[in-house]
Amino acid sequence: MSAVAIADDPQRLAAHHGGNGPAPKRIVVGYGFWVFLLSDFIMFSGFFAAYAALKNATAGGLGARELFDLGNVAVETVCLLLSSFTCGMAALAVSVRNRIWTQFWLLATGLLGLAFFALEVREFHELIEAGNGPQRSAFLSAFFTLVGCHGAHIVAGGLWLGTMMAQFWFKGFNEMLIRRFMCFSLFWHALDIVWVAIFTIVYLMGVAG
Amino acid sequence: MSADKNTEWQGDLAPGDELAEDSGVSAGVRGYLIGLVVSLLLTAASFLIIHDTFLWKPGIPVALGVLAVAQMGIHLVFFLHLNTGPDNTNNILALAFGVLIVAIVVSGSLWIMSHLNNNMMPIERVMDLHQQR
Repeated sequence: MSAVAIADDPQRLAAHHGGNGPAPKRIVVGYGFWVFLLSDFIMFSGFFAAYAALKNATAGGLGARELFDLGNVAVETVCLLLSSFTCGMAALAVSVRNRIWTQFWLLATGLLGLAFFALEVREFHELIEAGNGPQRSAFLSAFFTLVGCHGAHIVAGGLWLGTMMAQFWFKGFNEMLIRRFMCFSLFWHALDIVWVAIFTIVYLMGVAG
Repeated sequence: MSADKNTEWQGDLAPGDELAEDSGVSAGVRGYLIGLVVSLLLTAASFLIIHDTFLWKPGIPVALGVLAVAQMGIHLVFFLHLNTGPDNTNNILALAFGVLIVAIVVSGSLWIMSHLNNNMMPIERVMDLHQQR
């Protein structure tokens, strides 16, 4: 409703989109980080395209149907989804400047991320032990690259999370830290979006199709 | 809606900006809870429908795709706080451009690769050539 009202009035529209001076740093930083995340999605889309093109290039080895354990994937998915939720709770704790709850929810986010990563490492270890490592076939190379790249993002996010916790604990809530945290939570939620694509395309379509 | 109440800055919102400042923490918690519950339901649906007792088999990948896109939408709205309001125009436009590039990369790669496969010499004949040498 208000959108229409603003669009009808050119002066209000101008005021609405930068007409009243440069945007505050928080908005510029958030927007810049959002553009970075979109470029990260584009990088992942390259890996997804490679995986989709090489899905059947198993070189006589085992395919998705024989290799993937959906029970493990379901637990990983729930871990990551819950960690996205706890990250949102941490964002609310930061917005009311509550030190203890911020630490609590960030710790929960980190532990759920760690659980996800441990399950992924176990899956990779079992595949490689059984002779289905990335060198076995083009399909497995593409699989390890795509899923491993997401796992690497999770590790980077975990390190970022730890430094955020330490900074909030020792420096309190200042504008710069809150901006950094906003970028972190965008990053963490974006990783969950990539995981939705991975569990659908790689695991579920691999096993069902 | 909140543009009029926001006295500091009547401009754009950053992606992921908390909208809870005027409505309090409980509204924020409710938003994240809705996102969590709907995502869990969509995930459960995805894992259930791959058993072929639920759906006609060729329809399964389509259904999985629809469920995945729905869940990504839920994440964008409830976790990243993207919406269609006028204060979100920049974020949505950037997202639309990202989606366009992703679609071109994925569909273009698959298109080209499938044609390359069609134009390749059958693998048995490649083997024959190797043995003749």
